[in-house]
Amino acid sequence: MDERLLQDGIVGNRLSPPTYAENFADLHPPLDQHEALVESDRCYFCYDAPCMQACPTTIDIPLFIRQISTGNPLGAAKTIFDQNIMGGMCARVCPTETLCEEACVRELAEGKPVKIGHLQRYATDAAMAKNKQFYQRAAPTGKRIAVVGAGPAGLSAAHRLALHGHEVIIFDARPKAGGLNEYGIAAYKSTNNFAQAEVDYVTAIGGIEIRENMALGRDFSLDDLRGEFDAVFIGLGLAGVNALRADGEDLRGVENAVDFIAALRQAEDKGVLPIGRRVVVIGGGMTAIDAAVQAKLLGAEEVTVCYRRGQEQMNASDYEQELAKANGVVIRHWLQPKRVLATDGRVSGIELEYTALADDRLAGTGRALVLEADQVFKAIGQSLDASLWSDAGSFLQNGKIKVDAEGHTSIPNVWAGGDCVAGGEDLTVWATRQGRDAAESIHRSLTAQRAPAAPAALELA
Amino acid sequence: MADIRNNFIGIKSPNPFWLASAPPTDKAYNVVRAFKAGWGGVVWKTLGEEGPPVVNVNGPRYGAIWGADRRLLGLNNIELITDRQLQVNLQEMKQVKKDFPDRAIVASIMVPCEEEAWKAILPLVEDTEVDGIELNFGCPHGMSERGMGSAVGQVPEYIEMVARWCKQYTRMPVIVKLTPNITDIRYPARAAKRGGADAVSLINTISSITAVNLDTFSPEPSIDGRGSHGGYCGPAVKPIALNMVAEIARDPETRGLPISGIGGVTTWRDAAEFLALGAGNVQVCTAAMTYGFKIVQEMIEGLKSWMDEKGHATLDDVIGRATPNVTDWQYLNLNYVTKAHINQDLCIKCGRCHIACEDTSHQAITNIVDGLRHFEVIEEECVGCNLCVNVCPVEGCIDMVPLHAGELDRRTGKIVQPTYANWTQHPNNPMAQKPTPVQVPEQEVEPAE
Ligand SMILES: Cc1cc2nc3c(=O)[nH]c(=O)nc-3n(C[C@H](O)[C@H](O)[C@H](O)COP(=O)(O)OP(=O)(O)OC[C@H]3O[C@@H](n4cnc5c(N)ncnc54)[C@H](O)[C@@H]3O)c2cc1C
Ligand SMILES: Cc1cc2nc3c(=O)[nH]c(=O)nc-3n(C[C@H](O)[C@H](O)[C@H](O)COP(=O)(O)O)c2cc1C
Ligand code: SF4
Ligand code: SF4
Ligand code: SF4
Repeated sequence: MDERLLQDGIVGNRLSPPTYAENFADLHPPLDQHEALVESDRCYFCYDAPCMQACPTTIDIPLFIRQISTGNPLGAAKTIFDQNIMGGMCARVCPTETLCEEACVRELAEGKPVKIGHLQRYATDAAMAKNKQFYQRAAPTGKRIAVVGAGPAGLSAAHRLALHGHEVIIFDARPKAGGLNEYGIAAYKSTNNFAQAEVDYVTAIGGIEIRENMALGRDFSLDDLRGEFDAVFIGLGLAGVNALRADGEDLRGVENAVDFIAALRQAEDKGVLPIGRRVVVIGGGMTAIDAAVQAKLLGAEEVTVCYRRGQEQMNASDYEQELAKANGVVIRHWLQPKRVLATDGRVSGIELEYTALADDRLAGTGRALVLEADQVFKAIGQSLDASLWSDAGSFLQNGKIKVDAEGHTSIPNVWAGGDCVAGGEDLTVWATRQGRDAAESIHRSLTAQRAPAAPAALELA
Repeated sequence: MADIRNNFIGIKSPNPFWLASAPPTDKAYNVVRAFKAGWGGVVWKTLGEEGPPVVNVNGPRYGAIWGADRRLLGLNNIELITDRQLQVNLQEMKQVKKDFPDRAIVASIMVPCEEEAWKAILPLVEDTEVDGIELNFGCPHGMSERGMGSAVGQVPEYIEMVARWCKQYTRMPVIVKLTPNITDIRYPARAAKRGGADAVSLINTISSITAVNLDTFSPEPSIDGRGSHGGYCGPAVKPIALNMVAEIARDPETRGLPISGIGGVTTWRDAAEFLALGAGNVQVCTAAMTYGFKIVQEMIEGLKSWMDEKGHATLDDVIGRATPNVTDWQYLNLNYVTKAHINQDLCIKCGRCHIACEDTSHQAITNIVDGLRHFEVIEEECVGCNLCVNVCPVEGCIDMVPLHAGELDRRTGKIVQPTYANWTQHPNNPMAQKPTPVQVPEQEVEPAE
């Protein structure tokens, strides 16, 4: 046994470089041509296909799969991008087991859905490898639109707006565009710098300028944007992290899971990332699972996810939970954090309390459990910074931006989409859809005075 | 983007994908749905004489063969021509043509082989203002027992006669639809041309029995314990149809006669192959009946993508491009020598190539080398037949590698010659011509334009 693996505390280089490389390699290596043909042959080309209805962006799945089967992967890619310009990332990160593949009729028939996600990756990879651009911008409209946030919501809105001939400026607080695609998605789902490749691919349509290191509330205000631009789209995700509200939260060794993941995503050499020997992750969603799995892959000896409710209520899908278990993560339920324990100012453990449902309300039972830990990750949800909005009371709803069916906010000429809005799920594919639909709404609104709404944008190509 | 607008004997359609005369085109309801889905044209379900319409069986009309995963590979049917009133069909055709002026509508007709019958129906069809007529000389079941359909299509003289009547009694373009249930497709095609037809379309369905129920000993589809041969169509018939199209396209007597290609067209690729062999457009039945009208989207997009990729701007850049490369066996180059080559990195060692070659061919693939399971081509024995390639489960694992001129063919011990030499010049051919100068019929050496 390598000594570094058993070293207490939070240390880097627990594993050798080849082991890191192996651990953070592509979770699902791409299908080769033969595999893609065999898999695409399984699709029944269903009428009014259930998979398509289950896709938040309504990709014409039977059509693109058929195009793969007839040797036309580029045509398949166009079918995907027509509905979802982030189709490449979605192919990698969508929880297909709860979306299209759950709805696939072959899931019903035999428990083996068509591997829609893998096929989508096959097609979009083919187009991106050739840098095949399918869309041509409409004639310039002279309209300028500000997009706040270069995550999937902002990028998808920007692409659709640029397609319609508008000029788009994206402002993002971070040094790199991509949002959580760049800073959040698990490393083994998005390898080879895919997020940046996708940003380049999407913005290659032209008419989109990205200004990094520009934060709303710090470098400019919403009113500035409203004054300067014809419309504003807000897609700034959820930058805040919910607190544990447990004693000892400020101790060294207690970290935000999203910050840990962001650092991990940015590290070329995974050895520079210090990780505890015993790690406890508090939370039950995708972030908790991703933090736990990646902690394990970094060489933590013991990783335990503690969730305050039962397995059924976990936001992470069954598939994600299985993935975690397969990587040696222990998932425990009905436990809530009480107090982080310390020795010499450093985390040494965590005291948790068993919970139970009493009259459908979750409550502590008074019984405690102490887990040894030298690192604790908080992954109990992200939140929107309410201080950004002058009139948060009417602008927000349950802590998120309130929008109508078109994605329009309560402020004139301001639209919003993605994780920061109320409604939909906090997924890449939902952010993409909301960005796209808000862009269509902006386009309709900006062109309403001049001409009737343009028909489906995609005919432009 | 490639321009796939189609002009077939003056009949214009936005794309070369027409629905063949069959159930998908039997009613305005279906045809309107088809046009909305994007089909370029339809040949309306075959019309019969005025009067009481034919009746269909009231039990199963279809038999089929499938792949193991229920992919429909071949379909057979015992349906007759339209069983709706002539007037109803004509009214609907007229209305749909008015509503979709940019789409092609062709009327398929089958009436008894008598001049009066044709003379009577043609003006009625003309009145609908559809774009042309197709003479159904192909239906191999039911109607043929009544002296129509393939019963006419099997007699070139009748084809010629009826085509001539039609050209005489109508101004509409005339397409003759041929039956494949003959020995040499060129004869009926020539007859159609002699009769003045503007085009031929082919193939109609092939006489077939798809299966026999081994409990009841009834052929399928079984109508109360008995069956009748039906017409075979779908992916399985494509190779037969392709050859027939090519035969007509390259026959000196019919060369240039427009052809509407039919038979197993399921994907854009099938369509492109028909076009390359000389079809001016394609007609589709089984693919639509299997997957619904939406399937045309794949065909349209796929054809355009391929044309863009290859730099073909219009259909005319594709149509007939493969025809000059179809030749008679006797003109194939006997100095072209290939050897199979197994890529050991891809080989999964299943042994199928070995046993196919060992048991049934030329004993040219090893099984054990130095005591180990190892499959490798023995060049001394390989005749270059390509059987191993076709039985190997791994795509691209076995290549046929041509030997260059000057290389030694280790099977024959001869040096590969740079010249072209065919059977007509071969010393073993008792009828051989003098080997010099190289002589090939003019048509055979025409380069693809
Ligand atoms: C750890 C983790 C793992 C995940 N895994 C998956 C997964 O596997 N599959 C999946 O579908 N979804 C996953 N998600 C969810 C998914 O990443 C999000 O739903 C999606 O990224 C939301 O897109 P968005 O554009 O709304 O916001 P984000 O991707 O968060 O992008 C917002 C952008 O706005 C910028 N920004 C923030 N504040 C400001 C400001 N004040 N001024 C200017 N710019 C600002 C940010 O820098 C960021 O670039 C995961 C999320 C996390 C946290
Ligand atoms: C059920 C059925 C009915 C058909 N009826 C006709 C018909 O009335 N007239 C005709 O010319 N061809 C008829 N056909 C033949 C088709 O038009 C077409 O020539 C044949 O099916 C081959 O094309 P496919 O392989 O695309 O199906 C029929 C085919 C089927 C399957
Ligand atoms: S539900 Fe499944 S089989 Fe049907 S179209 Fe979608 S992927 Fe294909
Ligand atoms: S396809 Fe329609 S008409 Fe034919 S047997 Fe089935 S349900 Fe009846
Ligand atoms: S058939 Fe193909 S895979 Fe099988 S042994 Fe031969 S070369 Fe190898």
